[in-house]
Amino acid sequence: MSAHATTYVPKSGIAKWFEARLPIIGLVHSSFIAFPIPRNLNYFWTFGAILIVMLASQIVTGVWLAMHYQPSASEAFNSVEHIMRDVNYGWLLRYMHANGASMFFIAVYVHMFRNLYYGSYKAPREVLYILGVIIYLLMMATAFLGYTLPWGQMSFWGATVITNILAAIPIVGDTIQSLLWGGYSVGNPTINRFFSLHYLLPFMIAGVVVLHVWALHVTGQNNPTGIPIKTGKDAVPFTPYATIKDVFAVVVFFVFFAYWIFLQPNYLGHADNYIPANPGVTPAHIVPEWYFLPFYAILRAVPDKLGGVILMFGAVIILAFAPWLDTSRVRSANYRPIYRQFFWVFIACCFLLGWLGAKPPEGGYVLAARVATFYYFAHFLLVMPLVGLFETPKPLPGSILESVTGPGKQVGASGMPAGAAAAPPTKG
Amino acid sequence: MAEGSAAGFAFVVSRESRNLATTVAPSDAAHPHGTTRRDFLYLATGAGAAVGAAALAWPFVASMAPDAETVAAGAPIEVDLTPITEGQIINVFWRGKLIFVRRLTQKEIGEMKAVQAAQMIDPAPFYARVKEGHDQWLVAYGNCTHLGCVPIANQGGHPGWGCPCHGSLFDAVGRVTRGPAPINLPIPPYAFQGDAKVRIGEGATA
Amino acid sequence: MTTPKRGIEGMMRTRALVAGLAAAILAATAAYADEGGPTPPREKWTFSGVFGTFDQAQLQRGFQVYREVCSSCHSLHYVRFRNLAEEGGPHFSASQVKALAAEYKVKDGPNDQGEMFERPGRPADKWPSPFPNDQAAAAANGGKAPPDLSLMAKARTFSRGGLWFVIDWLPFVGYTEQGPDYLHALLNGYKDSPPEGFQVPEGGHYNEYYPGHIIAMPKPLSDGQVTYPKGANGQPVVPETVDQYSRDVTAFLMWTAEPHLLARKELGLRAIIFLLVLAGLLYYVKKKIWSDVGGETHGLQPELHKTG
Repeated sequence: MSAHATTYVPKSGIAKWFEARLPIIGLVHSSFIAFPIPRNLNYFWTFGAILIVMLASQIVTGVWLAMHYQPSASEAFNSVEHIMRDVNYGWLLRYMHANGASMFFIAVYVHMFRNLYYGSYKAPREVLYILGVIIYLLMMATAFLGYTLPWGQMSFWGATVITNILAAIPIVGDTIQSLLWGGYSVGNPTINRFFSLHYLLPFMIAGVVVLHVWALHVTGQNNPTGIPIKTGKDAVPFTPYATIKDVFAVVVFFVFFAYWIFLQPNYLGHADNYIPANPGVTPAHIVPEWYFLPFYAILRAVPDKLGGVILMFGAVIILAFAPWLDTSRVRSANYRPIYRQFFWVFIACCFLLGWLGAKPPEGGYVLAARVATFYYFAHFLLVMPLVGLFETPKPLPGSILESVTGPGKQVGASGMPAGAAAAPPTKG
Repeated sequence: MAEGSAAGFAFVVSRESRNLATTVAPSDAAHPHGTTRRDFLYLATGAGAAVGAAALAWPFVASMAPDAETVAAGAPIEVDLTPITEGQIINVFWRGKLIFVRRLTQKEIGEMKAVQAAQMIDPAPFYARVKEGHDQWLVAYGNCTHLGCVPIANQGGHPGWGCPCHGSLFDAVGRVTRGPAPINLPIPPYAFQGDAKVRIGEGATA
Repeated sequence: MTTPKRGIEGMMRTRALVAGLAAAILAATAAYADEGGPTPPREKWTFSGVFGTFDQAQLQRGFQVYREVCSSCHSLHYVRFRNLAEEGGPHFSASQVKALAAEYKVKDGPNDQGEMFERPGRPADKWPSPFPNDQAAAAANGGKAPPDLSLMAKARTFSRGGLWFVIDWLPFVGYTEQGPDYLHALLNGYKDSPPEGFQVPEGGHYNEYYPGHIIAMPKPLSDGQVTYPKGANGQPVVPETVDQYSRDVTAFLMWTAEPHLLARKELGLRAIIFLLVLAGLLYYVKKKIWSDVGGETHGLQPELHKTG
């Protein structure tokens, strides 16, 4: 996969025979065992592993649910209730899948905010980062498609509202809409194709994840200091150090996940989705799932239909330009006293947008949504370029190791293996 | 870019990690108690993870078993025997499985009673096939015991069933007379309610 | 750790900005805090909370109320007779359920003649609906079909508004029984005389808690309407009042909406305890492993803690 030669040396005859034909063990070895990780990674760096586990969890529970689910307008709701009531542990599978989607988004938002804070998007990780934005877009599409499948009131009206959003696209909008519907309104053909696409997209996500991890293993990981690995002393091997830390973090995340599955399984959903779809009655408050709320708020902040759609998609697309909008020479916000403050305002702004997305689009809420939308875009288009130009960053530590042990103190305190001291420093 | 060289460290670090194994081991040997405690901790954690994985897998496996609705739908069915004429076979379904209900003619009853059971592929006397006092009625599953095709009745003058798939033959009370079918057509649980009605599935376990 | 002067200035600017934004939003939203109608009062339920369970006797009474009162108009589409015998529910005996099912006629068929016929119900059958379809239900009820009650307790949950959502999901301090509270409030919310100046149209009924206050359903329950089984002393175990009926039937509807609630919480507590123990073990394993390289650095900004 990556260009460098692996350090894996097959020992047994069979292993040598196999490695000469398909060097996959060497690949895994160089990617997940010998791969050097900065020794100062904090727990925010475990969310990549958590996300991979959540993707796997969603795919597995989804495949199992599909064994019992029926994608048709007349039977979808009934089959979901059949899963909830009659299928052995069906309630568990469904609650794992429904809450798993929320957990997936919680983890991805932490992952994204970590990336923005520590400047992980900056060169040379632009491609790695853009692949991440693509994964996020695919996740959003998958989540939306999945939410329509129970065919409750929110499913139906969510599908109606979102497909109408697409109709705002000039010239091709109506065609796209009718291709999605497969009829003159959201109906049986719609749920059938949404199911098909909902089953397909996670595997596309998995494919992009492979590219994402590949790109990561070419550039190496960023770290809280934002400075690169300079000598072997700055790094530890992925296994066992990152492996055990990731496993620990995943299990802790599972405690949180289990709480939602078993004790608050319906909190993150909408009550209206326990009412079968009714094309004649729209629920009083139409709101998307919580993870879409900030974008929904941006959509509604604009009085013009097309303008709202453009801004909503723009809010995601603009993420992809962050590597070029940020003019700072320093990556980590730890060393950027001014940008750090703006970063937290940006986080607050995202939360505010989320809260506003759940409120009715009236009076003060709309005004607040407009202010917050403006700030959201200003963060990327004004704050990122300007602060980078005018800010004086704090002095960076000499190396990752120095950031851990302190300047002045010597390597002996770090307890790195003896070989590390002899490791030749490379260009850095 | 300095960053691009990170992967180049793979070599260096993995050598370290090999060194690690050799450098750490002696210090462990110097503290045997520490080693034991560490081994126990690793073992307990590994065992815990294995138990957790198995427990997690269980609901997925269990969900593939018949669900509560399917199990409950296996309630006995009642078949009214009055419309069935002598020599006629009707098909009914219980739990989704095909069942033949056959009214034997007097001639067939006589022939079937005369068969030497001991010489059959799957020896079964006449009264193992029908209930005593109801000699006329055969109730048997309707799928060939070889690979599950539905045998055709009374074909070419054969008084029982012949399977179209691989040529197995069954006599008038469903006993296999020619392979490859290994055993007779099985008898489902059933009970007569008087002379004119039969309840199939009566007394079956879920 | 020292904060450079520039950082302090930045922080002050930011704080001013956040405060201003927050003030603007609060001012803007204050007018919208109350979104019409009184909030259903919060009730005590045996099934609420981490350790909450159903009260089997209450579910049986609730079933009685549903059967004698609600079932004449409201279906229970997702409930089968057999469910009534399930553990974690009303848990009637198998023979009771069999006898109960046999009291109802169920449409089956087609038979050999291609005709539909009626037969006595079996435990596997659906709870019979009062009307053959939605149109018939609407026609018989002044144009509005009485909704199915199977999922009502989950379908009528609402959020408390404001920032309560931040704590409402938490164990012990949270609050997620708004659905049952609403059902109970609705059944007790009928007023003989609407407030002055409130016009109740023909066929409508005034209800304090129904959105818009005009509900098509007439007051369904009255004191003494359902005769509960008597206790040892010849008196009903619980009062035969509207309040009690509505509590019981609401608990029953919570069960119909979430029949595996008990199994779910039981398994959940075990799973969470197991995961906590496993996480604890893994923590020490991780600590041991990292001790080989001088221990893991802690804190989100380790370099800031170490320098200086």
